[in-house]
Amino acid sequence: MIDTCVSLIDVEEGIKIIPGADVIITQLDKLINWGRKSSLWPMTFGLACCAIEMMSTGASHYDLDRFGIIFRASPRQADCIIVAGTVTKKMAPVVRKVYDQMPEPKYVIAMGSCACTGNVYRTYSVVQGCDTFLPVDVYIPGCPPRPEALMQGIIKLQEIISKEKMRWTPLR
Amino acid sequence: MEQEEDLKTRHMVINMGPQHPSTHGVLRLKLELDGETVVKCTPYVGYLHRGTEKLAESMTYLQVIPLTDRLDYISSMTNNIGYCLAVERLFEIEVPLRAKYIRTLVGELSRISSHLLWLATHALDIGAMTVFLYAFRERERILDLFELLTGARLTVTYPRIGGVKSDVNQEFIDTAYAFAEEFPSRVQEYETLIDVNRIWLKRTVGVGILSAEEAINWGLSGATLRGSGVNYDVRKRFPYDAYDLVEFDVPIGKNGDVYDRYLCRVEELRQSVRIIKQCIEALPRGPIMSPDAPKFTLPAKDKVLGDMESLIHHFMLITKGPMTAPKGQLYVAIEAPKGELGYYIVSDGTGKPYRMRIRSPSFVHVSALPRLCEGRLLADVVANIGTIDVVLGECDR
Repeated sequence: MIDTCVSLIDVEEGIKIIPGADVIITQLDKLINWGRKSSLWPMTFGLACCAIEMMSTGASHYDLDRFGIIFRASPRQADCIIVAGTVTKKMAPVVRKVYDQMPEPKYVIAMGSCACTGNVYRTYSVVQGCDTFLPVDVYIPGCPPRPEALMQGIIKLQEIISKEKMRWTPLR
Repeated sequence: MEQEEDLKTRHMVINMGPQHPSTHGVLRLKLELDGETVVKCTPYVGYLHRGTEKLAESMTYLQVIPLTDRLDYISSMTNNIGYCLAVERLFEIEVPLRAKYIRTLVGELSRISSHLLWLATHALDIGAMTVFLYAFRERERILDLFELLTGARLTVTYPRIGGVKSDVNQEFIDTAYAFAEEFPSRVQEYETLIDVNRIWLKRTVGVGILSAEEAINWGLSGATLRGSGVNYDVRKRFPYDAYDLVEFDVPIGKNGDVYDRYLCRVEELRQSVRIIKQCIEALPRGPIMSPDAPKFTLPAKDKVLGDMESLIHHFMLITKGPMTAPKGQLYVAIEAPKGELGYYIVSDGTGKPYRMRIRSPSFVHVSALPRLCEGRLLADVVANIGTIDVVLGECDR
């Protein structure tokens, strides 16, 4: 039996535990956001140079697995898309289609200067930033960004996710 | 019996890419399948067409160097070298010996890093995940070396027209030599993993066979050509930089299948290590920028930051560059990790190239894909894409 007289202990803002019982009292928002940010599965979708740095980040040296990040090859199983590289006008519809195939909730990271703004490629064939057709959550500048920068971008995205409110309900 | 005669089969068209993890970027293949056999394979390129060649026409010769980085982004160093060699030929600049050796050294490091990435992704496509993790471990060390030398990991922009950007320091030389000493044992590790692996052999031996004659006719180059038994290496035939001063062998395949091309590239890793060691041992003293290239020699960075005149000088060199150039057209090719990378420059006498055409090995190799894939199984398509070693940045430009 739980002794109801025992006072709750604040572990973190909004998270309380009942001593003696394996029970946590918190908001549903917090629980869902915690789950989402701890297993953020991005899609393997390399476009250009940045994809090589993305691979480096995922490989043995930088090891993205320790953040719970595992690359998935299918958009249907992915939570986030890392637009890694130059988006050309021929490629943009494909990126958009792949993004549309992802299930909610979905996030977009624009990796590299090309995906952010088009970089030096102010030409007839390059889209000047993927935010012209995707809702970008995190921008990572650099040409290409270092793996540390990509990791910081992902951690920023996790911060964004942890502050979300009511994203699990259609009533929001 | 009657029923079987009525049975009709239909070819199925499937679309592979541009979003496919095994197409090495944004290559798209339209495959017509009869069951599991590929009847027709049509590659579609252009998903990464950034207009580099057009962009280069509006830039001075010095400004183009960073663009060449982003062609074959896996080995940007060799792209830079190829472009610089072409412009040096145009301006008739003789590069000092030390710079030649440094370029050869970093070019070979770049070749190793490119081949490691090829090995990693090729093995990953075929199903050997461990090789990917092993190869990236060594690749990181090369990227660290590049960072030490140039400040960047991937897009280095290190060679300059008439030399190189900065001199190598002792730390770089020591680290590079230690790496070269250790690396052959690492290559052996990869070989232990896949060389006689039964799955690897089943997927690669006898797949994607190209005879020597066919390979030449398709215009292939690099290890893709040498795997078919053709002894053609730009480094040997038309030596540039310090390649005529170092000793190395060119590995040649026999059967011209995926496995032989794999053997060639792995042996090239060892030969690159040989070149790196020789370059470090024979590295002469002297200047790193040619005295013939005052219009391409930027003032030292500490002076630029402290001295007004140098700052203006630097600004003028970058934005204006040389106002005149010798008229003419030329083609200079180098042996990039993927194959023969050529720069064809037309100069109309102004400080900007009138036309810069890049002969990229990947574009030529992609054109041979239908020949490799048609009549074979769908699963072999992935092995064939891996073996021709394409980079779409260079292919689409």
